[in-house]
Amino acid sequence: MAESEPRDKGQGILEAGTQAPDFTLHATPDQKLSLHELRGRPVILAFYPADWSPVCGDQMALYNEILPEFREHGAELVGISVDGVWCHAAFARHRNLHFPLLSDFEPKGAVSRLFGAYRTEDGTSERALFVLDAEGVIRWSYCSPVGVNPGAEGILNALESLAGSRDGAAKRITAPNAKPESSAEARP
Amino acid sequence: MSNGQLTPPVGDGDHVAGPRDAPVTLVEYGDFECPYCGRAYPIVKNIQRQLGPQLCFVFRHFPLKESHPHAEHAAEAAEAAGAQGKFWEMHDMLFEHQRRLADADLVRYADELGLDAERVARELAMGIWARRVRDDFRSGVRSGVNGTPTFFVNGYRFDGDWTDEGEFLGALRDAAQAAGGQLRA
Repeated sequence: MAESEPRDKGQGILEAGTQAPDFTLHATPDQKLSLHELRGRPVILAFYPADWSPVCGDQMALYNEILPEFREHGAELVGISVDGVWCHAAFARHRNLHFPLLSDFEPKGAVSRLFGAYRTEDGTSERALFVLDAEGVIRWSYCSPVGVNPGAEGILNALESLAGSRDGAAKRITAPNAKPESSAEARP
Repeated sequence: MSNGQLTPPVGDGDHVAGPRDAPVTLVEYGDFECPYCGRAYPIVKNIQRQLGPQLCFVFRHFPLKESHPHAEHAAEAAEAAGAQGKFWEMHDMLFEHQRRLADADLVRYADELGLDAERVARELAMGIWARRVRDDFRSGVRSGVNGTPTFFVNGYRFDGDWTDEGEFLGALRDAAQAAGGQLRA
């Protein structure tokens, strides 16, 4: 599964600046997805407690609607819960989801634990969000109270600041001839 | 994380019922095909009656079109009606006929409201109002909308229980009082 140590309850979820531990999980009954396959673009990992929460504007349905905004940032969205592949398949079909749901099913919750996002008392994942940069480093993370849909504002802010820092780096690289201010001052 | 602050604030482009300078502004992000929004509709109506000129009610679109196949066009139809001066009439019509929101129904409602129904049909077909609806949707995402309906009271997300009309009304009265207090200060 992965080499990293599971995190104890109380340590909290993995924080910004941490390299996200790699993992491989089933995306469909016969397909697996590894985190490293998504390198090269921002990745949103959305851990959530369970499929089939009984509201129509639930978190995954909401993200499904916001997918075009995420994709504008070149980002990939992945949902993760401890539900089995068949459950995910039915849920994704019912909600018309256009992004993969990964099954953290066996050993149960192992990947959630790696990210500090497992609720031992409930046997489910936390409602935890991670935004990874193109190199797989966590740039933002947030753990919502389990009953509260965190929305997407934090994710979009994180993606924007990622884009901002990329643009900044590009400017530094593409503007080698820019004169520092001090030399401008020195000119007559 | 989300501080749940309405972004952008209520402006000239919004559909407003009630005085713009009312002490309480209630914004709903809603979806005409969402059953929960349908449940909220009579509650909001009642609150509008109770608060009268104390309340400015604003509706912004948040169609969950992957879950609700007619929600997008219903929102666009409301905009098309708004362009002919009958946004709120269409808003009410749609919530009162949530189970019949196919394109033909939308055009029929336009006709029943005395609008130029052909123009509404044409604007729906051309997607004239799609951008406007999407702008509302994006502003909702920005503001921390996390489902429908989501309400904002004087710019802040209302996380209480709107299905409890007493609690909802109480929160709005408190907001009115707080706003009044600020004005006096």
